[in-house]
Amino acid sequence: MVASKAVSPALFRFADASLDGRLAGLSVEIGEGCITMITGPSGAGKSSLLRLANGLDRPTSGEVLFRGAAVGLLNPRRHRRTVALVFQHPIMFAGSVADNVAAGEPTRPVNDLLKQAGLDASFASREAKELSGGEKQRVALARSLGTDPDVLLLDEPTSALDGESASRIEASTKAFVHDGGSVVWVSHDTSQVQRMADRILTMADGRLV
Amino acid sequence: MSVTDIGFVGLTVSLVLIVIALGLSAWQQLGLERSIAGATMRALAQLLIVGLLLGYVIDEGRPLWLSWLWVAAIVVFAAATVARRAPELPNVFPVGLAANVISVAVSVAVTFGFGIFPLTGRTLVPVAGMVTGNAMRTAVVGARRLVDAVEENRDEIEARLSLGNSPSQAVKPTLRDALRLAMLPQIEANRTVGLVALPGAMTGLILGGVDPVDAVLVQAALLFLILGAAAISVTVIGLAGVRGMFSADERLVV
Repeated sequence: MVASKAVSPALFRFADASLDGRLAGLSVEIGEGCITMITGPSGAGKSSLLRLANGLDRPTSGEVLFRGAAVGLLNPRRHRRTVALVFQHPIMFAGSVADNVAAGEPTRPVNDLLKQAGLDASFASREAKELSGGEKQRVALARSLGTDPDVLLLDEPTSALDGESASRIEASTKAFVHDGGSVVWVSHDTSQVQRMADRILTMADGRLV
Repeated sequence: MSVTDIGFVGLTVSLVLIVIALGLSAWQQLGLERSIAGATMRALAQLLIVGLLLGYVIDEGRPLWLSWLWVAAIVVFAAATVARRAPELPNVFPVGLAANVISVAVSVAVTFGFGIFPLTGRTLVPVAGMVTGNAMRTAVVGARRLVDAVEENRDEIEARLSLGNSPSQAVKPTLRDALRLAMLPQIEANRTVGLVALPGAMTGLILGGVDPVDAVLVQAALLFLILGAAAISVTVIGLAGVRGMFSADERLVV
């Protein structure tokens, strides 16, 4: 099953992609329909890879292709809704949890999204900035899921969470892939990498090792 | 001698206060003597030159286009000042120029279109000058606030972009806060006007012998114009300024 996922068509192709000293000629293909875990020391360029994939940055040289098309040439809003990014430190916008999820102009009801991210409906009316770190991260996940993405880009989403919160994020992510989504997940946690990965990529000094 | 005709003797006597400032600086070893003397000489020279030129431009025998030319010059000069004081804002000169042109155009259209003042060089130049000066100050504050706020809220703006928000959606809360902060000093100035300092136009009119109530009416009209122009200026700075902060593919690039 894992092997069949690994040979699925390339979701992303990084072709000699560089970015201001953060990435140095990265070349890699990332497959569709699976969880690709990216690991490596701090400053290896893992977050930069995700930012390029989401289109928040543009490579200073080389190319980043999504399903065969250069990311820089795609409609940025549509692309970002298709390839949702969850940041390491969840940014909560002013207002309630429902306001936060609504900021992504979700295609499904807020409560459904909260449930998918492991939060019950009672959270909808709570002030987002007053939540715990784990709750914020799940709101961020719900917000990203609201754009009905094909791909989740996760930048160490569980690094500051307790075991239970991390397990909930992992369960939501596995369910997302089970439903046909693809995940690119940056993590420092070796056991999590082993537990979640269909494929593991290790980076150092802005390239693959 | 009328109260508005102080002559060179009066001017010289008023320099006593500058001498006091110089003395205080020397006494407290502030090291500001050269700056005070330089600023005083510069102000005097600039005002004398402007006074002579202005006397020529707004003389009743001169064509009105000379006054319009003067207004155009101060609008461009104000845009250059905005560009010098807030260089961090992308495309700051054209953005500052647009802010000044639009705020002055609206103010002049209202002032003379509705007949608040008769359209002559003697009214056009001071009204446009006052409006431009205040619009420029608000534009500088607005531009700086905007750049700082975008830097402070970079993570939130990018989080919104990553959700597929448009740049204008992503920057909207940040822009709103920056514009509010830029407008507050102008609103505060209106709130306290007359309680401590009498505004310049009113002071000038009273010194010139105009009845204080009539002077107040003129001053109030000017204050409303200035507040409206400041709001227009800061809004143009904000809306046009943020456009240069995003690339064509909607990345935050400042």
